[in-house]
Amino acid sequence: MKRRDFLLRTMPSVLLPSLINGFSIRALAASPLAQIAGGMDSDQVLVLVQLNGGNDGLNMVIPLEFYDAYHAARTNIAIPEDKVLRLNGFDKTGLNPAMPELQSMFNEGKLTIIQGVSYPQPNFSHFRATDIWLSGADTSQILSTGWAGRYLNVQYPRFPEDYPNRNMPDPLAIQIGSLVSPALQGPALTMGMAISNPNSFYDLINDRAASVPATRAGDQLAYIREMSVKTDQYAGVIKAAAQKVTKQSGKYPAAGKNPLADQLKIVARLVAGGLRTKIYLVSMGGFDTHAKQTDATDTTTGTHAKLLGKLSEAIGAFQDDLCLLQVEKRVTGMTFSEFGRRIKSNASGGTDHGTAAPVLLFGSGLQPGIIGSNPLLPANATVNDNIAMQYDFRALYASLLEKWFSVDKEVTASVLLKDYPLLPIIQNA
Amino acid sequence: MGSSAPVIAGIKRYKGKWEADQAAHLLKRTLFGVKKEDLDHCHKKSLKKVVKELLYTEAPLPPPPINNYNDDKYTDPEIQPGETWIKSLKYDGMNNGRRKNSFKSWWLGLMIYQDRSIREKMVLFWHNHFVTETNTVDNALFCYQYNMLLRQHALGNFKEFVKAVTVEPAMLRYLNGYANTRKAPDENYGRELQELFTVGKGPGSHYTEEDVKAAARVLTGYTINYKTYTSSFDPNRHDDADKQFSAFYGQRLIRGIKGKEASAELDELVDMIFEQEEVSRFICRKLYRFFVYHTIDEETEKNVIEPLAALFRKKNYEIRPVLEMLFMSRHFFDPANYGSMIKSPVDFTVGLCREFNIVFPDATNYIDQYGFWEQLRNQAAGLQQNIGDPPNVAGWQAYYQLPEYDKLWISSDTLPKRNQFTDRMINGGFSRKDKKIVIDPVAFAAGLPSPEDPDLLISGAVRALYRVELPVDQLHFIKTNILLSGLVGMASDHYWTMAWQAYQTNPTDKNNKNIVPNKLKLLFKYLMDLPEYQLM
Repeated sequence: MKRRDFLLRTMPSVLLPSLINGFSIRALAASPLAQIAGGMDSDQVLVLVQLNGGNDGLNMVIPLEFYDAYHAARTNIAIPEDKVLRLNGFDKTGLNPAMPELQSMFNEGKLTIIQGVSYPQPNFSHFRATDIWLSGADTSQILSTGWAGRYLNVQYPRFPEDYPNRNMPDPLAIQIGSLVSPALQGPALTMGMAISNPNSFYDLINDRAASVPATRAGDQLAYIREMSVKTDQYAGVIKAAAQKVTKQSGKYPAAGKNPLADQLKIVARLVAGGLRTKIYLVSMGGFDTHAKQTDATDTTTGTHAKLLGKLSEAIGAFQDDLCLLQVEKRVTGMTFSEFGRRIKSNASGGTDHGTAAPVLLFGSGLQPGIIGSNPLLPANATVNDNIAMQYDFRALYASLLEKWFSVDKEVTASVLLKDYPLLPIIQNA
Repeated sequence: MGSSAPVIAGIKRYKGKWEADQAAHLLKRTLFGVKKEDLDHCHKKSLKKVVKELLYTEAPLPPPPINNYNDDKYTDPEIQPGETWIKSLKYDGMNNGRRKNSFKSWWLGLMIYQDRSIREKMVLFWHNHFVTETNTVDNALFCYQYNMLLRQHALGNFKEFVKAVTVEPAMLRYLNGYANTRKAPDENYGRELQELFTVGKGPGSHYTEEDVKAAARVLTGYTINYKTYTSSFDPNRHDDADKQFSAFYGQRLIRGIKGKEASAELDELVDMIFEQEEVSRFICRKLYRFFVYHTIDEETEKNVIEPLAALFRKKNYEIRPVLEMLFMSRHFFDPANYGSMIKSPVDFTVGLCREFNIVFPDATNYIDQYGFWEQLRNQAAGLQQNIGDPPNVAGWQAYYQLPEYDKLWISSDTLPKRNQFTDRMINGGFSRKDKKIVIDPVAFAAGLPSPEDPDLLISGAVRALYRVELPVDQLHFIKTNILLSGLVGMASDHYWTMAWQAYQTNPTDKNNKNIVPNKLKLLFKYLMDLPEYQLM
């Protein structure tokens, strides 16, 4: 029996990572051939930033062009026109004032905004909508695989049994800060691993054992954890890559202050340390802003502003770090959320589940600017009004696969199960 | 190895709290895994009543193993499918191996379907004590008889047990007692009887090589009758000269007896050995390591082992009073002992099936029923505990090898395998054609208190599956990342509640169908992959 058949037949979940103390464990012995290969310039990396909860796109990217309709629809949370951050060359659109770093990046040509991203007949459930975005399914289609997992499965055939190897000594994908995302689920096994807790990453690279209680049970736990690190074939390459990077940008906030920044800091370190990992996933939560999304008296502050501030601060520091570490050209990032929010705000000073929203791409290899137009807003928006879709999110995936990862058109179509028109998002492409 | 605070509580009667925590500790150690219904049942009774139930329930003996083994290459001409083969006195190359497998699967089934009785756990204990290996014994009927002997004596009188096992055909074969004759004495059993079965090799044991030889001579003459599949005593093969023992045994002389009465020498030998107090200490230490914790420090030797051993002697080596004293002691219920043991592979695999109430085919479909039991037995074997076949006469290392003891169950080979087993039980399960054993995550969650509340669901699952707590930040991580799909904040909890309620109301609705089962699968998979799940 071939090994893959054996795996599929007898232990279908053998390589689903089991998270031990936040560090993913894969059940294969390390290959003696596995060596640390330096990342090459041609090794493109994609960083997916998931904003959990449904980000209110209309208060992130503000349609100055339709400011009156915008203000009328959400008077209690509207950003004052004079506070909106302006974008060079695009005076009809601005950014939430909490995002000065992203404003700078836009003006430097390192940020691309894609307007009105969604899919036909959008779903309003967090759980289902998240599944749709991560799997790349149609609204009524149930897929058991993730879109990135399908890509990696094509790109790295015979994973995991032939890995690690000389050509790919490193994890194919790494999730930081949570469980391995369903986006990375391949046909049989997950294609990714997780560093679910940033602390465990630093424990690993510093050979520090996570604390256990000074009890008999604690003694047993410490032993089992030690054994679990030993069985992780990728622990060694991750540690070695991280140790090659001794200095990172000073723009990151102190550890623990901005969880997204903590996650991205690890990504930058691993990319610069030479990991050839293709996809990183990071995330932040809290975007489900049904009530009090802004301060009542100053709509430029409050819950949503804090979230956008962290997003901006984290991506700004990350881009600065990539530049310092001289790997900027290798990395493109993308933010996404399971849905946007309603045009009309509610009486609680918040917004309810909506549909389309802008997606942000960041990196130095992008075709900068804004793709698409400001959403059309009705003069008298009701609770039933939603932002119209301009681009299918899978068209963005297709564009990233073909233009960033140089995947063949037919392969892209097979990964995404359909042909999608490409968007001009990558320079010289 | 880390150091942890010593447990100073002694053997005195425990009078503290008797709540779910204490009941779970007692049941996890004395049964394989804890079913919710067992916990609910015991929790309502007093500790005393629960211990009595565990020790004194006269569970009926199980129906014997059956012919589940006809296949393409072989049809048993004597035993009909579904009928027991234990009355058969014909063993050959075709049926013996098949019947041995039938026996082993049957035994695993007994563990899964155990009553609220410590009996099956004690059978494993005694199997690891009076070791035989089916590979060496190599006769299915002997293996079955031996196993039933363990069950019969599991909670009886240890001294009688020693006498009985000494002349049991499986043991005579395994340790060459059948070949131990006047002309060619074989010391194998005479040695292990002392070194492994009774006085042990502890600091208080000083038997000599001469004692091994003398004991072997006492034991000459036992044979196996392969027509009746029984053992018997042949005076012609017995050494009827006197046997001199060392100072350790008070220079005892066992007079040689001629003729049929000579088997009485065995009684005298066992009486002599049991006059050594070391026997009681050796067995109590072994029970302690099996049921409480691997290391016995000076305090424990003095405050726990000594009083247990004294009681064992006082009760003329009755097993139940010792277990009763141990399971009702302050020492046993000292929280420092909670979760201090790594699950053996049998505890791990059988325990999972029991705590998740895995449904097996019933006896009308014995082919699949035995088939699944065999699959589980193979899983435990892959995790290095193959019931019926310990690695050698000393039993499984994890029960005796210092300083690691039960840590030996966990290696870079077995830890991933343990994770694979639990992953598989929650994801696809094990299949036989159209039948399947797999965890039903929704049913398990429904048995937990308030499954609609994500916090209570997680803490309930942790309490049901672990014997230790999880830090608050871990609980929060699990809730956010698994049940709430990354949503955070108190306000998000109701998304889980709504999903749970929607699923309960309409489990076939296309949009709801996968959300709740998938999240619960992730939740239980995650919990079983954490090191905490390895502890009991």
